[in-house]
Amino acid sequence: MTQSTPESVSAMRKSTSKDATLLKVKGLKTHFFTEDGVVKAVDGVDFEVKRGEIFGLVGESGCGKSVTALSILRLIDNPGRIVDGEVYFADTALHELSEKAMTDLRGRRISMIFQQPVSSLNPVFSGGNQVAEVLKIHWSMEKDEAWNRAVELFKTVGIPDAEEKVFAYPHELSGGQAQRVMIAMALATVPELLIADEPSTALDVTIQAQILDLLKELRTKMETSVILITHDLGVIAEMVDRVAVMYAGRIVEQAEVNTLFEEPIHPYTNGLMGSIPMLGKVTEKLEVIPGSVPNLIDLPPGCRFAPRCRARVEHKLDICTAQEPDLVTFKHGHEVRCWLYQDAINHKAPIRAE
Amino acid sequence: MSEPAVSSNGKQDLLIVKNLVKYFPVRGGLFQRVVAWVKAVDDVTFTVKEGETLGLVGESGCGKTTVGRTMLYLLDPTDGSVEFDGTDVFSLKGKELKNMRRNMQIIFQDPYSSLDPRMTIGESVGEGLKIHGVGSAKERHELVIDTLKKVGLEDYHSKRYPHEFSGGQRQRIGIARALALRPKFIVADEPVSALDVSIQSQVLNILKDLQAEFNLTYMFIAHNMSVIEHISDRVAIMYLGKVVELASREELFSNPLHPYTQALMSAIPIPDPRIRRQRIILPGDVPSPLNPPPGCRFHPRCPVVMDHCSYQEPKLLEVSPGHYTACWRVE
Repeated sequence: MTQSTPESVSAMRKSTSKDATLLKVKGLKTHFFTEDGVVKAVDGVDFEVKRGEIFGLVGESGCGKSVTALSILRLIDNPGRIVDGEVYFADTALHELSEKAMTDLRGRRISMIFQQPVSSLNPVFSGGNQVAEVLKIHWSMEKDEAWNRAVELFKTVGIPDAEEKVFAYPHELSGGQAQRVMIAMALATVPELLIADEPSTALDVTIQAQILDLLKELRTKMETSVILITHDLGVIAEMVDRVAVMYAGRIVEQAEVNTLFEEPIHPYTNGLMGSIPMLGKVTEKLEVIPGSVPNLIDLPPGCRFAPRCRARVEHKLDICTAQEPDLVTFKHGHEVRCWLYQDAINHKAPIRAE
Repeated sequence: MSEPAVSSNGKQDLLIVKNLVKYFPVRGGLFQRVVAWVKAVDDVTFTVKEGETLGLVGESGCGKTTVGRTMLYLLDPTDGSVEFDGTDVFSLKGKELKNMRRNMQIIFQDPYSSLDPRMTIGESVGEGLKIHGVGSAKERHELVIDTLKKVGLEDYHSKRYPHEFSGGQRQRIGIARALALRPKFIVADEPVSALDVSIQSQVLNILKDLQAEFNLTYMFIAHNMSVIEHISDRVAIMYLGKVVELASREELFSNPLHPYTQALMSAIPIPDPRIRRQRIILPGDVPSPLNPPPGCRFHPRCPVVMDHCSYQEPKLLEVSPGHYTACWRVE
């Protein structure tokens, strides 16, 4: 077990360059082998997260964003299995690590926080105990030192009356407080990467604002990169630097956040943006994406969004239901998976980038 | 606060809620005596005009769901009155009450637990018709099919069971069930909160269409301000059992007066990264209705709190035509 101190971690962090790639995911495929068939939950996902950035993974239920996160951390259990792909974290190939090495890395260099804070915490231990445990395991801290550090962390994450609240059990905490405890646990070892899976969805709007603010602040203070998983485009707009839109197990569009909102080009992204009621902009009707998400066991051939795609009909494209498009660059830093923007044999892209 | 029975724009008041109170007892000790009260709804007054959508917004524990259920007499009120179409709801009993229920229906939040898993959806949607003895079996069946089609489902769906449908479809079934009796008033309790964004828009559009076709009056309960802005004509903001602000949609969103309303609006993440605002981040947690703070219930978290806010409760007053708020700062 490697021993580190806050100081040594800080020193190491400062010596690495900004904008360096911290995480690289290539061709990730995670399938679930169920009685009804193989559910291709994640089916070929590629993305990178740079040091110090907040990377957003956005999509609706069943798009595979949570499974992607769990796959990076190798937390996929039966009947699921990572069937393909490579994950590079700093200089390490995670897909080649032993389970022992992976356990050491989890919670220390890469941490995760989950959606339902009160039920994600262990109900029989106090919040302070759970934070201290992280430090005892990963940094081999002595009991007293770990406990003091836990109190400090409670203060850092903004839990009032920290000295008393460390003794509280999860059921005695509010949703917002429980989420802060999870954040304290996740950031106790100053990880290089934090994966936040819908960290504020279950919380009231005013508490959500507090938690998101806290994550931003801690990201800056600790220079931790963040993968923020959510279905809420508003949260994406407020929080992230770059974003990938997922649909039915694939990334369909990827760009810097301003670019995505100014110039969304994938028909699904457009549909998603049009269907959200925006504060201050009242329309008579909201845009609707007809139909529903495809069955991940029996995927139709071609593009997974084709059955619901108006653009396909408008441009009279046949290739969409025959062949799946690749994720290609539209403009620098802006990638899209759509036949509107790429050529193939017998197919000319109807739209070209200027 | 008093509003005339027929307001200035000619619309009748369909519902008049006056000083509504609902406390839930907390029992404990050897004899299960009442040891405390959850003051879920604590003196709430508002009206709902015919044909409009009144949005009721607030965070967990503010009492909005309890208001919806008590108004429909699904819960026994602790105090106060509800007048529906001129009739005092809480004075009704037996057959009269049953008849009234035909006109006041509810759509629930959780599409997964609100449908009986052992009834086909045809049976669920038609149950109300059966209870109220509407028409013959054949006529009821036709009405069920007609209603299912109105919410975008097919006639063959009527023979299927809830587990065969997605969340969005189940929510449509819930709407069909509320609509089957062709009521005048529907309480929609967070009908889209559990749905994905692209399904949400489908359901919101359906609700709007149905309102126009059947001249429905809605009370739309939600915590999502953007959805509320989209669908409401007037909006009431609740905090810890009280209405703190009430105004038309345009007025509330362009000129929110109560500090809590302002904080709520600023807390909503806006899906446009180019809009950068000064966000009001409220400290602390939402307090419990078991032990509401004295004076103005919002005072411990209020960014502009004054001395007497902590011991004197402000009343809901009309500060400009149709715009009500309960705040000492706004006089």
